Amino acid sequence: MASESIAWPAPEAASRPLVDALHQWVATVDHKRLGILYIVYALFFLVIGGVEALVMRIQLIRPQNDFVSPEVFNRMFTMHGTTMIFFVAMPIMFGFANYLVPLMIGARDMAFPRLNAFAFWMTAFGGLLLYYSFVGGDGLYGAGSAPDVGWFAYAPLTSRTFSPGHSTDFWTLSLLISGIGSIGTAINIIATIVCLRCPGMDLGKMPLLVWLNLVMAGLVILAVSPLTAAQIMLLIDRYLGAHFFDTQAGGSAVIWMHFFWVFGHPEVYVLVIPAFGFASEIIPVFSRKAIFGYPVMVAATICIAFIGMSVWAHHMFTVGLGSGANTFFVLATMAIAVPTGIKIFNWLATMWGGHIHFEAPMLFCVAFLFQFLIAGLTGVMLSVAPFNWQLGNSYFVVAHFHYVIVGGILFTLFGAYYYWFPKMSGRMYNGPLAKLHFWLFLIGFHLTFDFMHVPGLLGMPRRIYTYEPGRGWDIWNLIVSIGVVFQAVGILVFVGNLLWSLVRGKLAGSDPWDAWTLEWSTNSPPPAYNFAAIPDVKSRRPLWDLKHPEDPDWRYE
Amino acid sequence: MSTPSVNMPGVTMPAGDIGWDLPARGTVAMYCLIAAETAIFAIFVVAYIFYIGKSTSGPQPKDVLKLPVFNTICLLSSSLTIHFAVAQQRRGNLRSFALLWFLTFALGAIFLGGTALEWRHLIQDEGLTIQTNLFGTTYYSLVGLHAFHVMAGLLALGAVSIFSLLGYVKQEHFERTEVLSLYWHFVDAVWVVVFTVVYIIGR
Repeated sequence: MASESIAWPAPEAASRPLVDALHQWVATVDHKRLGILYIVYALFFLVIGGVEALVMRIQLIRPQNDFVSPEVFNRMFTMHGTTMIFFVAMPIMFGFANYLVPLMIGARDMAFPRLNAFAFWMTAFGGLLLYYSFVGGDGLYGAGSAPDVGWFAYAPLTSRTFSPGHSTDFWTLSLLISGIGSIGTAINIIATIVCLRCPGMDLGKMPLLVWLNLVMAGLVILAVSPLTAAQIMLLIDRYLGAHFFDTQAGGSAVIWMHFFWVFGHPEVYVLVIPAFGFASEIIPVFSRKAIFGYPVMVAATICIAFIGMSVWAHHMFTVGLGSGANTFFVLATMAIAVPTGIKIFNWLATMWGGHIHFEAPMLFCVAFLFQFLIAGLTGVMLSVAPFNWQLGNSYFVVAHFHYVIVGGILFTLFGAYYYWFPKMSGRMYNGPLAKLHFWLFLIGFHLTFDFMHVPGLLGMPRRIYTYEPGRGWDIWNLIVSIGVVFQAVGILVFVGNLLWSLVRGKLAGSDPWDAWTLEWSTNSPPPAYNFAAIPDVKSRRPLWDLKHPEDPDWRYE
Repeated sequence: MSTPSVNMPGVTMPAGDIGWDLPARGTVAMYCLIAAETAIFAIFVVAYIFYIGKSTSGPQPKDVLKLPVFNTICLLSSSLTIHFAVAQQRRGNLRSFALLWFLTFALGAIFLGGTALEWRHLIQDEGLTIQTNLFGTTYYSLVGLHAFHVMAGLLALGAVSIFSLLGYVKQEHFERTEVLSLYWHFVDAVWVVVFTVVYIIGR
């Protein structure tokens, strides 16, 4: 791809003392630095959460293994789930939103830079607090260190009776604190998009990624707040002896499930909608075509968010909600496949007839399309209540949601990482290593999560620390665990590539992909003020207009 | 921020440039915060309604709760006073602004004091604590969450009152006090819901 030669300055020489540089990062209110802090923080926890998954898979590689004790196994799956959702996926999405939204809308920073820094440090503190439980959780009680109640922490397991000591307090406090950070960031993203767009960029001309982050931030506000409320109730129960979730005093354990999943299901869309945003930016650029059906993509996203708020109880079919509620949640869950399908067809139509370049970002996005389709299909299967009664709480469910989160979200995240790495660092990544990462991770992913469906269908429940031989689960668990090795090596290649490229990568220039959105019009990495002159926008692809004054987009939009 | 323009630190856009006017960021952020707070209160209200009549032991709401009419009148009228305070500031009548603003603060403080007296009565005379039964749990949590928001509002109102006494609050700050007044209206509106649920439906 030929890039126009736009002058870039030499990378800043590291002349400052280390303490000075560190201080600049800690005290920063610059949206780009905070974005990078979010991403680095999330990658750090991705490795930790990955190690926890590795421990679980080693434990399950053969029947009656005793690599870890049942107590440690419980802690591993709790910490793995909590870490991956709250301290990997959410922060990394916020990081990309932080970095990209102001650049894409031609603004010089977020609407509230100090709120931005506050929100990041709250999230960071939440994660540290959660992991401090390994050290401080035992406390005076000696009743176990890290939380072990599962990532959705069903009552009454979280009551003082069943969770003595402080492990559950670490869990609930860290989520409360990082939740406050998430709500702050969401408010900031919305205020930025609504109030700081550059002249000419009305809502219909925003890049799709910006649109999708707007919807994501709205969902965060409506979804994370109920979780915050539920965590406050749990704290009141545990510290003040109240009875919200205390069944012996007439309280209800099921209402915790409702409160948790009112957060928990929209949370999936909080994570997947920005992932759609990445795909919607990367696929057009590497197909050399404008996105197909922009207005429909926006409408489908809003539709997904809207329906996504009313499907939470499909996590609770096995509770026995009654046929009325079951029917409602079955139909609502199935309905959500329609706007999602529209999106998949729009991405395919964007690629159709395009001049496709299979660079690393595009490879990850193509894999995403295929894998997300399958994840959606098993989702439709699980939305059927009777089928769900058979497979609820089995490895089929685990395979399904990992297909969404790893196969859908993580793959686009890697794509986004490779796509914007040249912008963030000013240097190109190593192409062959990136492709090696892709193929290793693709093979590992399919070995692990394709085959994980099978023990689920054969009746293997989730969250068991071991199993008897001879139930037909052995070979599948072995394959699943082998897949993890490929993924782990893939992640090592990724981290190695990241470190190598930061130092040795070729200089990227401002626009290595010949792309069309505003972030590529400024230097790589962008200066602190982003744009020397605030841009004036006439179409959805302002850089196309700039590069092709003879045939600008605004003639057709 | 007296002119309705994109007037951010760092962003230098001429006011009213080519008709490109976007909403003020403070107002948008406050509406978002109100949406988030509404979701939090909604969960507490749902819990309250869900647990009405489910307490396994006394005291029950109908035995101990009295309608806090005076309190409610104070809090709701403080919405009017803060509205007129901002309107006076917009017109530049800073003395009437200060007077109405103090009045708002006083009405809020009376409400909070009334809640304190009500709780003292319930705890000391009726023996109802947050541990007693589900009614105690949900009542103190919901009313307490609201009172906490009143307290936060009073802190902000008090800060502006002090700035006003020191003469720092000028006419051009009306957009900022207006953002604060949005929060205060929200706190009042939540009280209407809490009052209906706790003292009318729940009794």
